[in-house]
Amino acid sequence: MTDLRFTGTDRYVATEDLMTAVNAAVTLGRPILIKGEPGTGKTQLAEEIARGLERPLLQWHVKSTTKAQQGLYEYDAVARLRDSQLGDERVHDIANYIVKGPMWEAFEQEIQPVLLIDEIDKADIEFPNDLLRELDRMEFYVYETHQTVVAKHRPIIVITSNNEKELPDAFLRRCFFHYIRFPDADTMRDIVDVHYPNLKKELLNEALHAFYDLREVPGLKKKPSTSELLDWLKLLLAEDVPPEALSGDDRRKTLPPLHGALLKNEQDVHLFERLIFLNQRDGR
Amino acid sequence: MLIQFFFMLREGGIKVSITEFLTLLEVLEKRIAGYSVEEFYYLARACLVKNEALFDRFDRVFSAHFKGIQELFGDDAAEIPEEWLRRNFERLMSDEDKALIESLGGWEKLMETLRKRLEEQEGRHEGGSKWIGTGGTSPFGAYGYNPEGIRIGQEGSRHRRAVKVWDKREFRNLDDSVELGTRNLKVALRRLRRFAREGAADELDLPDTIESTARNAGLLDIKMVPERHNAVKVLLFLDAGGSMDDHVRVCEELFSAARGEFKHLEYFYFHNCVYEGVWKDNQRRHSDRTPLMDVLHKYSADYKLILVGDATMSPYEIHYPGGSVEHWNEEAGATWMKRLLLTYPKAIWLNPEPVNRWEYTASIKMMAELMEERMYPLTVRGLEEGMRALG
Ligand SMILES: Nc1ncnc2c1ncn2[C@@H]1O[C@H](COP(=O)(O)OP(=O)(O)OP(=O)(O)O)[C@@H](O)[C@H]1O
Ligand SMILES: [Mg+2]
Repeated sequence: MTDLRFTGTDRYVATEDLMTAVNAAVTLGRPILIKGEPGTGKTQLAEEIARGLERPLLQWHVKSTTKAQQGLYEYDAVARLRDSQLGDERVHDIANYIVKGPMWEAFEQEIQPVLLIDEIDKADIEFPNDLLRELDRMEFYVYETHQTVVAKHRPIIVITSNNEKELPDAFLRRCFFHYIRFPDADTMRDIVDVHYPNLKKELLNEALHAFYDLREVPGLKKKPSTSELLDWLKLLLAEDVPPEALSGDDRRKTLPPLHGALLKNEQDVHLFERLIFLNQRDGR
Repeated sequence: MLIQFFFMLREGGIKVSITEFLTLLEVLEKRIAGYSVEEFYYLARACLVKNEALFDRFDRVFSAHFKGIQELFGDDAAEIPEEWLRRNFERLMSDEDKALIESLGGWEKLMETLRKRLEEQEGRHEGGSKWIGTGGTSPFGAYGYNPEGIRIGQEGSRHRRAVKVWDKREFRNLDDSVELGTRNLKVALRRLRRFAREGAADELDLPDTIESTARNAGLLDIKMVPERHNAVKVLLFLDAGGSMDDHVRVCEELFSAARGEFKHLEYFYFHNCVYEGVWKDNQRRHSDRTPLMDVLHKYSADYKLILVGDATMSPYEIHYPGGSVEHWNEEAGATWMKRLLLTYPKAIWLNPEPVNRWEYTASIKMMAELMEERMYPLTVRGLEEGMRALG
């Protein structure tokens, strides 16, 4: 087990700090909590760990109404009530109304799986605390059927958060933590490369310049992230935009072509237009 | 050595728990191959620091600790007098940590575990492991004197790793104890929004009521949940005098960006201290004043009051009738402050002055006292603590 190492995949660029943290979590079988700006590859990481280590992946996407219990199982009382009124035979066995959640599914896998708990901060503040015991012991009890479900293998648990809520200390103590920093230009080059291996160097250079410049514009509501850059590059390729169209001299005086992929917020577009207007006027 | 690092982190304000420290030792133990310093840095960070706002602090401690590496690693942790260790330990422990120590079998047991783990590491070092070496060839021992000693990852561009990562201080921007500005406004805003959503009353939870009723074989079982939006009402009082203007702008920006999240948000300006009149328009501050009494009557007691100001003035301005620098006040500022606070029991003061100066400024101390110590620095963390006090 200890020789298992995640080193990124052909679709995913993992930096050294990320690899170290992930591998520590894999080694000890403890959850890893991933934070970072939107679009920095938090969700995809779990998929790639599963692919890289050849493990099944189970996903649990958390919403504001999600309860911890739903990850284990749900008792569909409403269906049972309906069946009882319709006189259905199934009603006598409560097990018919137990619906397995992603955590239960993960516990049943024949080889160690990867379990993604995506956007944990969307849920109620109690949510992480409600999972402490299950994360520690990797087992839980089903009251309705009086059975204990024990994990066949401790899943590799990847938890993502967008920082909307602070997570409780008791929960944090049980996790490894990694914060994905916004990729620097070199890492970004590698990332673009796994998505568009045949991109022309000049185009990529100009595009990256324009992209990082744009991120520096003060006061943007939503800075474009990796996913926006990738979308934009796709459009640039599709429209066959030449690198010159992005080149430095014009950059501060015109909106970049197809900027809609980068700036999704109308206010941000206005802000940028204003800056460009000022630059044109000042002849800078 | 490693234990010392643990203490330094705690002294440096990173509340590493023993559980987390043991986790680090456990990972180190599991790995047969050597660790580079850089890997060790990442590993320690992933184990010990659970908030990116503390990364910068971690970097500073790490840098300080590993500068004198040779001496430190020459030291033998077991030789540090236990008395000394223990005294420091207890001073640093939270109640929770103490409870944990008890649950692990008390002090003696814990010290023994720690010592044993450390000895194991020592032993392994003698056996040729690289991660904690003292000699010139091991990455740790060599670090700082012989950069080639640091193993470099097989892939990626090497030049990027030439500078020690922890000395780059890349996480400085994420530190939440720095003054509030446009840089960290987003984070502050998120906290504020959360506060706006959570401090709310109950409403009927229909799906849960239906479900519980079904579980209950059809007998009505009513469930309530906190209302999700627009429940909090805020009165914002901003000090609009000279030195405060930049801070006031940041605050206005912050609160108006969060405006949609509040049920009501009303703001007023004052200068230095609150007196009988406040105003809404800074251009017409002398002509268009709203009597404070009107404010007290108009806005109900469930409004949360947030005052923003540096509280830096002459004590007369607070404690004497006629003390105001701008006009003749019949009654002392303190009297008006008390009225205000009597009407709005949920109140805080946010102060942009650095906390270490509070103690030396008489008027800040007075104002904090009037606020019953509910004065918080104007930083992301201060804002958060303040919001908690308002909740
Ligand atoms: N390191 C990376 N290597 C390859 N692709 C990446 C990397 N980082 C981000 N991407 C790409 O960026 C896009 C966004 O990734 P993903 O959805 O995982 O981000 P996220 O952090 O989960 O975002 P959000 O916070 O919005 O949920 C994906 O298309 C992904 O392929
Ligand atoms: Mg995601």
